[in-house]
Amino acid sequence: MFAPRLLPRLATSSVRSPLASTSSSLLASRRGFASSRTALASSLLYLEHREGELNAASLVALTAAKKIGGDIHAIVAGDEGVKEVADKASKCEGLSKVFTTSSPSYRGLLSEPLAPVIKALAEKGSYTHIFAGHTAAGRDIFPRLAALLDSSQVSDIIAVESEDTFQRPIYAGNAIATVKSNDKIKVITVRGTAFDKASEEGGSASVEEVGSDAAETPTKFIEDKLSKSDRPDLATASRVVSGGRAIKSAENFVKYIEPLADSMKAAVGASRAAVDAGYADNALQVGQTGKIIAPELYVAVGISGAIQHLAGMKDSKTIVAINKDADAPIFQVADVGLVADLYEAVPELIEKLK
Amino acid sequence: MHGTLATMMRPTPISSALRILVPVKRTIDYAVKIRVASDGKGVDTNVKHAMNPFDEIAVEEAVRLREKHKEAVSKITAVSAGPAKSADVLRTALAMGADDAIHVEIPDNSLGGPLEPLAVSKILQAVIKKAGEEEEVGLVIMGKQAIDDDASQTGQMLAARLDWPQATFASKLEFLGKLEKGEEVQITREVDGGLGIVKTTLPFVMTTDLRLNEPRYASLPNIMKAKKKPFKKYSLKDLGLEEDAKPRLEVLKVAEPPKREGGAKVEDVDALVGKLKELGRI
Repeated sequence: MFAPRLLPRLATSSVRSPLASTSSSLLASRRGFASSRTALASSLLYLEHREGELNAASLVALTAAKKIGGDIHAIVAGDEGVKEVADKASKCEGLSKVFTTSSPSYRGLLSEPLAPVIKALAEKGSYTHIFAGHTAAGRDIFPRLAALLDSSQVSDIIAVESEDTFQRPIYAGNAIATVKSNDKIKVITVRGTAFDKASEEGGSASVEEVGSDAAETPTKFIEDKLSKSDRPDLATASRVVSGGRAIKSAENFVKYIEPLADSMKAAVGASRAAVDAGYADNALQVGQTGKIIAPELYVAVGISGAIQHLAGMKDSKTIVAINKDADAPIFQVADVGLVADLYEAVPELIEKLK
Repeated sequence: MHGTLATMMRPTPISSALRILVPVKRTIDYAVKIRVASDGKGVDTNVKHAMNPFDEIAVEEAVRLREKHKEAVSKITAVSAGPAKSADVLRTALAMGADDAIHVEIPDNSLGGPLEPLAVSKILQAVIKKAGEEEEVGLVIMGKQAIDDDASQTGQMLAARLDWPQATFASKLEFLGKLEKGEEVQITREVDGGLGIVKTTLPFVMTTDLRLNEPRYASLPNIMKAKKKPFKKYSLKDLGLEEDAKPRLEVLKVAEPPKREGGAKVEDVDALVGKLKELGRI
């Protein structure tokens, strides 16, 4: 019970806090962690977008920011069409202001022009917290921003305990660290599966254009080569079917895993072994070094369940494992396990799901 | 004889050759199942350690660059910050092909908390400055994240502090011109949803993704040779960073994640479908 000692004037989220019994701190805890007796918290959210759509992990980061309390402003930076995205963002529940800035140099979400722009805005607005989703872009831009602000970033948080204390997984999710940031500006990235997405409706934030004096940087965006698919997006799908090393070939991946995913209206994932062996695209990798997901249903086919893979999917609601090896570690986390040859079980399963 | 003399007299083109710095970290071996320490402040570190896997990829990439462009790469310097035992991963880097090593020795528990990425970026910046007195560093190749703190920050922070471009999560590196300052490089990066291609110029900081290469094993003769390679040691005091390296974040607690209970196994596909229907998942 160090929380009350470390945060003497703040109501913490914990109902066990002795402060929670007073009416003023009850009110404060309902608003967030900020109370009238402390400097008000205010957050700046880097709102990522692509092809006119707001990034799901950014909306999750917005939910985390709401737990701090205080005003939440967002920055939407981009090239053409950024105004439309900013209008969309202004309707997000919880945002009171959306800054928008436009420049061709923001294409490809490069950190060199974006980090200084966010820094300038952060200092001008005296924000106490700056949030982003722990996406590839968030992971690229935010540490650069944190260094510019001389702040020690808190990466990939999964819980907000108070306005300066956060939980984050370490060692591939095999331990959870609770860390307290003493930095003036707290730079934080949020795990995309740790909170619910903020609603894209019900808000009415003002939109303010900020000039772009994006400096010329040596880095040039050339192109993105994104995997096109009609299936649900892996990061946000409610169901995922993943294939592992036992699939043995790229042909088998197309023949067994994809139809099974389609029969469940699921996204397709893969273990690192399957990706390294060339059976599946890099973008499909689930694990510590790939995507970290938490769907309603995760079906692991021919995946042994190495630590690094479990780090990416063990927060799924229901885990199903199909594996020939009854001793595979995946069965220790699976809610439903089937010890069977995938080449027989998968076609049968597809047939029975029709 | 004239020719030989002329060859000997020709100044070594040091200024145009590329010195590569490769930061490496000693971490708990990736295969070890970690245990939370009984004091609830960290994990049990009395286990097998090794070089962070992403850093092995970084060393490999530097060595391959030299194998491909023999004259262009002048030197590969491995650097690590940490306790005395960090010297082990530097020896590994030397055995893989690095030319010299720099160890910034920070005795265990001397900082009052873990060494954070922000502090490491400051240490690396100071090391680059110090190394530059002897020969300028023109490229930093390092892992995209360490598998212990999973922060994924140090490379980006270093790039910011040096005001260099950064190319993170790289799965392919191609030199379009010579390996010199100002020359253009193309990097394929792993981004959400696929690959992203960028061009930048030397000097820059690159962080490695898994698919950049397959690191080699150090052979026994190379391990023996590594023992004779130059090995420098600095303290935080030497770098003027005794205060700057102190942690900013307080680790209040380290705990086990909630345990997941494996459920029952089912007999056949019918039972599997039945169970999923019962759970309302299909």
